[in-house]
Amino acid sequence: MKMLHNIVILAFGVLAVLAFQVSSSAQDGPAPGAAPGGPAGAAVSGRAGRGSTPDHPHSLAPYFTPATSSPKSPDADGFLQRWLLLEPINKPNRGNTVFTDSYIRNAFNAEYFPGQFNIVPHDGDKVTVADHELAWHELDSDLFNVKLFRFADGVNKPTYGVIFWAVTVVNSPQEIKNVRLAVGSNSASMWWLNGQEAVILSGDRRMVMDDCVSKRLTLHQGRNVIRGAVINGPGMSDFCVRFIDENGQPVKGITLEP
Amino acid sequence: MKYRILAATISALLFLSSAGPALALDGEPYIHDPSTVLECDGKYYTWGTGGSGLVSDDGWTWHSGARVQAGAAPDLIHIGDRYYMAYASSDGGLGGGHASTIRVKWSKTLDPSSPDYAWNDDHVVASSDGIEDCDAIDPGFLLDPTTGRLWVTYGTYFGFIRIVELDPKTGHHLDGNKPVNIAIDCEATDPIYHDGWYYLFGTHGTCCDGANSTYNIRVGRSKSVTGPYLDNLGNDMIKGGGKLVAAASGRFVGLGHFGLMDLGDGVEKFSCHYEADLDRGGRSVLDIRPLLWKDGWPVGGDNFKEGIYEIQSERSGYALELAVDFVRMAGSRGGFGGFGGRGRGGAPGGTNAPSGTNAPGGSGFGGGFGGRGPVGPVTPIPAQSLAEVSSNWPASNLDVRLGDFMNRPQQKWMISAVTNATGFPGSPCFKITIAGTDRALAATADAEMSVVPEFTGAPEQLWRIDQLTDGTYRIMPKVVTNSMEPLVLTAVGYSTPTLAKFDPNIDKSRWNFKTP
Repeated sequence: MKMLHNIVILAFGVLAVLAFQVSSSAQDGPAPGAAPGGPAGAAVSGRAGRGSTPDHPHSLAPYFTPATSSPKSPDADGFLQRWLLLEPINKPNRGNTVFTDSYIRNAFNAEYFPGQFNIVPHDGDKVTVADHELAWHELDSDLFNVKLFRFADGVNKPTYGVIFWAVTVVNSPQEIKNVRLAVGSNSASMWWLNGQEAVILSGDRRMVMDDCVSKRLTLHQGRNVIRGAVINGPGMSDFCVRFIDENGQPVKGITLEP
Repeated sequence: MKYRILAATISALLFLSSAGPALALDGEPYIHDPSTVLECDGKYYTWGTGGSGLVSDDGWTWHSGARVQAGAAPDLIHIGDRYYMAYASSDGGLGGGHASTIRVKWSKTLDPSSPDYAWNDDHVVASSDGIEDCDAIDPGFLLDPTTGRLWVTYGTYFGFIRIVELDPKTGHHLDGNKPVNIAIDCEATDPIYHDGWYYLFGTHGTCCDGANSTYNIRVGRSKSVTGPYLDNLGNDMIKGGGKLVAAASGRFVGLGHFGLMDLGDGVEKFSCHYEADLDRGGRSVLDIRPLLWKDGWPVGGDNFKEGIYEIQSERSGYALELAVDFVRMAGSRGGFGGFGGRGRGGAPGGTNAPSGTNAPGGSGFGGGFGGRGPVGPVTPIPAQSLAEVSSNWPASNLDVRLGDFMNRPQQKWMISAVTNATGFPGSPCFKITIAGTDRALAATADAEMSVVPEFTGAPEQLWRIDQLTDGTYRIMPKVVTNSMEPLVLTAVGYSTPTLAKFDPNIDKSRWNFKTP
């Protein structure tokens, strides 16, 4: 009897675990190992956007407001808060353990849409990626960081298993040498300044201010384009960016273009 | 390339179990009772008992230098445009009488090849008559930075250690000043000032007994230069007190004759001698070692030992590593003990529990985690090998970054002395390579770092490692091309290393070496 009792308990336990795993699978995208790099790997995945409900209103507030038509200064700590954000590209990943340097370079070097590496879009511009029409949104973050998860949710798009592209234009009144681009991101990301790779954040990262910092860079007098790509599996995508000087202090006097 | 890798691997294996021995000064650093080491026109000088001198171009490799009339255990100090030497003239010391004098003289330079080299105004500043409780030998200078006043301590085991004031402009005994007794049971005293306190270093134990000398350096401190000097137990040095600073270690026996070397920027070292360097036939040799400070007390640090290390940022706690792909290893799911027997949780809800039993209710997984332990044998997971991670490393230069230390091959650095290059006070230059390879850390011309495929001995691949007073380390390349000022390994942000100017007041340029 005792043995039968144990068998019954064990059976219930196994069934319960199996039920949990099936439930998890239904929420996640395809199995890991989807080929990196290339829109061919950009299948449907992640937590699909759902229509607003009273329990889950989709709104960009209180995280973002539409960018104004005036230049915007960085915040008091130098964080850049104005960004053109592309609605997320599907990039299924069940976990973030695959985000090695090689994986990220392959993932971001692939062209998902024309002009991806040099475009400076405008609010409302659209691109098509694997038959999905995605829009650019010009937004001012109300925080020091840019909560991409909330952006995706706010525009009712997938939040997990995604790649985000971000662009901003920094205007500098004079040439400033020996600055560094300091980035934190969740999860991995790459960043370019004026078309040159500036910093890569590999591994499954948390958004930590000044986590990774570029080599010494020069801000041109006038326009400087920062481009970033952030990838995440099942995480709350996020990033923060600022320029710091040789003493680790925020660079002053620059503005972000409307 | 394969043979080099094999050779590098063999070398690494030799260091795998522990760090190597402390490195002794290079050249012929033979001396007894050395004075404070002083730098003059780019060279380092010290003199010992009997007037024998040592000279070095870099503070690491030493050779015989000029002899002077210096009696027993001279000391040196640089004030203005003069180098003062204090020395003892005695009629026998412990083996004979105790009638002695402390004499002072000066020269405009310590370089005997200079036309300005000449010892002037040799005069007496203190004495002992052979009967009183003092033997006037072993002088030690102090120029008080708070007052500009000049002092000299002297004495040995025969009676008291005394302190007397001198005129800093002439080195003469200050009229009317009387010696004050400040300690006993030691010799070779050397006073310094540090952060609001006066410290009196003295050498305790037995001298001159080779490998059996118990010589060691102890210290007391006072708010007044004339004492009382108390140790960490509150015992007065005039009653024999003294907190240990440094003593015998490894192959070095009988440490004595403290001399401060303040190299600036939070780097302090001290000179001393060992009564016996066992690897040099038990001869008496000079050494220069880090001086640390803990809770207001000086602590004798150890010279850096070659070995395989994690190089950890004091600022962020992350470890220096190659910027290469992280390679996963076996053992990602060690489990919590697997399923088995009765764990927590019990039968779900209790509704399906066999009737009449006391099956635990509540939710959970029947038998769940926390059962009787792991299922099957417990076997160690081997460490990840270099071969497992390096096959895809490019043959070209690699970047570095800081990351979570996971004891992975790309994070383990072999640090070994470069013997055919110049060094620094108390230390050789080092090469820093990924353990098991010849890939070497190098400074780049734009003041960043790279790991080159093969160590060639180029100056930008040579590293100076200084221990700072808090026990952390400063790591700096010997050369940064295009830089007019010295730059050091620095953490910018949390995860990015660079080369930047050293700031002793913040932690971004401080590093720890941890044995993996």
